[in-house]
Amino acid sequence: MENQIKSNFEKIISKLNFSNLQKEIKVKNINNFLKKGFPNKRLEDWKFSDLKQIISNNFEDLNFLNEINTELKKVEIIEELEANKLIFVNGVLSNVDFKYENLEKIEIEKNADLNEEINQNALLNLNSAFISNYLKVTIKTGYQFKKPLVLYNYLTEELNSSGINTRLDLDIENDVALDIVNVSNKSSNKNFLNFRQKINIGQNSILKNYSLDINQTDSIKYMHKEINLSKNSHLEYFILSAGSKFLKHDINCSLNSEYGSISLNGIINLKNDQHHEIKTVINHNEENCKSYQLIKSVLSDDSKGVYQGKIFVDPKAQKTDGYQLSRALLLNENVEFNAKPELEIYADDVKCSHGSTSGNIDENSIFYLMSRGLSYSDSKKLLTNGFLNEVIEKITNENIKSFVKKITGIEV
Amino acid sequence: MDSRQKEIENLKDYKYGFSTDIENIRAPKGLSEEVIKFISKIKKEPEWMLNFRLKAFERFKLLKEPNWQKPKYPKIDYQDLYYYSAPKSMKDKPKSLDELDPKLLETYKKLGIPLQEQARLNGIAVDAVFDSVSVATTFKEELTKQGIIFCSMSEAIQKHPELVKKYLGTVIPTTDHFFATLNSAVFTDGSFVYIPEGVKCPMELSTYFRINASETGQFERTLIIADKGSYVSYLEGCTAPMRDENQLHAANVELIALDDAEIKYSTVQNWYPGDKDGKGGIYNFVTKRGLCKGKNSKISWTQVETGSAITWKYPSCILKGDNSVGEFYSIAITNNHQKADTGTKMIHLGKNTKSKIISKGISAGQSDMMYRGLVDISSKADNSRNFTQCDSLLMGNKCGAHTIPYIKNKNLKSNIEHEATTSKISDEQLYYCNQRGLNQEEAVSLIVNGFCKEVLQQLPMEFAVEAQKLVGISLEGSVG
Repeated sequence: MENQIKSNFEKIISKLNFSNLQKEIKVKNINNFLKKGFPNKRLEDWKFSDLKQIISNNFEDLNFLNEINTELKKVEIIEELEANKLIFVNGVLSNVDFKYENLEKIEIEKNADLNEEINQNALLNLNSAFISNYLKVTIKTGYQFKKPLVLYNYLTEELNSSGINTRLDLDIENDVALDIVNVSNKSSNKNFLNFRQKINIGQNSILKNYSLDINQTDSIKYMHKEINLSKNSHLEYFILSAGSKFLKHDINCSLNSEYGSISLNGIINLKNDQHHEIKTVINHNEENCKSYQLIKSVLSDDSKGVYQGKIFVDPKAQKTDGYQLSRALLLNENVEFNAKPELEIYADDVKCSHGSTSGNIDENSIFYLMSRGLSYSDSKKLLTNGFLNEVIEKITNENIKSFVKKITGIEV
Repeated sequence: MDSRQKEIENLKDYKYGFSTDIENIRAPKGLSEEVIKFISKIKKEPEWMLNFRLKAFERFKLLKEPNWQKPKYPKIDYQDLYYYSAPKSMKDKPKSLDELDPKLLETYKKLGIPLQEQARLNGIAVDAVFDSVSVATTFKEELTKQGIIFCSMSEAIQKHPELVKKYLGTVIPTTDHFFATLNSAVFTDGSFVYIPEGVKCPMELSTYFRINASETGQFERTLIIADKGSYVSYLEGCTAPMRDENQLHAANVELIALDDAEIKYSTVQNWYPGDKDGKGGIYNFVTKRGLCKGKNSKISWTQVETGSAITWKYPSCILKGDNSVGEFYSIAITNNHQKADTGTKMIHLGKNTKSKIISKGISAGQSDMMYRGLVDISSKADNSRNFTQCDSLLMGNKCGAHTIPYIKNKNLKSNIEHEATTSKISDEQLYYCNQRGLNQEEAVSLIVNGFCKEVLQQLPMEFAVEAQKLVGISLEGSVG
């Protein structure tokens, strides 16, 4: 596989017109990646999900040369949702649609330059080496979006055993309100997707990010997010992780100024041999910030769920309020749930706590429902839905909340 | 009040920081096959024991020192240590207490160990380990009547080779991690306890460890076997003199509980923690592991960790027998530049196994405290339960408190619960106490003792009082 990656990389460099500086950065990145390879379970961050093994079990070879060039004719996007769209076909931006918004307030740079810093994360090195267009979007001060923005990743049917890398940087200036929905289409082929997003949230701005992995696909996905919050800004992050075969959310948030707040909620709902992981790091770097995390998992069949969460509190970050709760329901004897909720605290005037539980459905509750006439499977479903509904209720955008309820079949 | 103040003054600095002038016999410096053979020879060990050591040493040569832990320390030169050091007068082992070097006895008196008359009054049988060898074991006769074997490890190797051979290295094999393997190769002494079937040990057994000589590492090995239906409670205390250099202490403790047996292991660890600037102190890298081998067995660890420059240990329970129970109660206190990376592992293999973890961490000064733990429920351990609670208390804004639990569940009929909190002593609590006439220090001591109460209650009476005092002393001057 290594040789193919190398030759793919050389072809890309010779085909596309990069400046010398850009070439140099890309070469540094690919060398870094080749040195480290795909992360395996010897790395603490990948302890519970051995990507190297997953890749070698699923692919004989990975093709990073993306030559299939299809025009997208019709997009079966979330129809009931009126939204702006950024559509990526096989990792390449193909459609920009901001029809509901004031275009003067939105700035899009389609081929931004990579900056020089070389990341230590091998997958991010891979991303930097192969991205063909690096998208940067800036939202100007004071603009409030009228409709949510959908980031749609479309993979064509021809694509198989390919590695797709995309990158989006979002710069949200002060006093902005924006809702983002991340989705991708259904596809039966196996591909490796490596998404990277970097988001800066300006003062007094609110970002609501909904990451919905709902369509069944055999793809292996890695999503890396880096989110920086400024003074008095708020981030609402929601994850619904249910569709892909393997998915790892790697979410890194930094509260870099006072009065920032984060509410991060997630659902892992798995069947068959799916394997999903949510990893979060919340850095409290300044005083008076707040973060709240709630992750619930429901595991059936032979699936595997992982939650790794970390709250870091800097010595400067007095008056921090951090909370983290992970709960898992195990519905089959072959499932596995691993959790590593971490607290790393260097300031004394803080309120930080975490909790983690995992176990089966309470038999007494089932008995209660069955004695009132429900069948066993109905009571189980009712209890599971109620369990997950707590997370969905945290969504503050009503349209998206009802949409999520509809697709998950949870209507309480 | 005055007498209390005096007492505090006395205890403010490390009260066990004296060293005793006793002639020592030492093995040549460094680690090699010759040194291991020397240790084995001087202890008149049979050949199988020597082979056990050499096998471990072969393995040790292949291992690399781990470095994933949080508290980093300067590299230890394993060739620059003495692996065996014994008081000279021990060469011909004394037959009774009267024959002991009076200086030794004086040392133990300073430490407050009841070697002679006090022993009888307190009803505690003591095995004292000075540097590398076990000096005296009190109360032997009374224990022998019941068939209980409580002696030093070297004696056990001579007198009860069948038991040692059968159990040594079954919980911590010679192929374990770096420090455990090092210990298997060079261990010098320690305690051996065997409780026969159906016997409830009538008194608390206790060991006192002391490092005296400089530049020595202490590698003791403890093996406790509780046969079917028996019960034993074992206490361990540790001190060391004040020295500028860092000294290594890498002990192995193996516990084995057969059907219906119960072992209660309590530690009050007060090794020299180094001075206020973090110079000197003991590196406490200990491997403690208990195996609940039989059905309905129970192992319970209780530890009060106040000393050592670096503490790095995870007393663990392997719950192999059905219905077995593992417990871990811990108070860890770090002050000044002390660092601790401690916690436990509960490995559930049998059905209906239960484990409970209560960990209280207190960090003050510029210290760093870490709870790291593992709860692993395997797919065969039906109906297992775990409850974990870790609370941390921070004093001052230069210290750190961290919690890293690893939680693995592969069984749908089992439940795991984990909770952790981190906080400080609130001004309201302090104000409330001050208002009722307690000064700042007393108030802190009261609140901290309340915070630790759940764990202190688990200690045997005599130790609980000492531990409570120790908690207060360790935090002197960290608030206000």
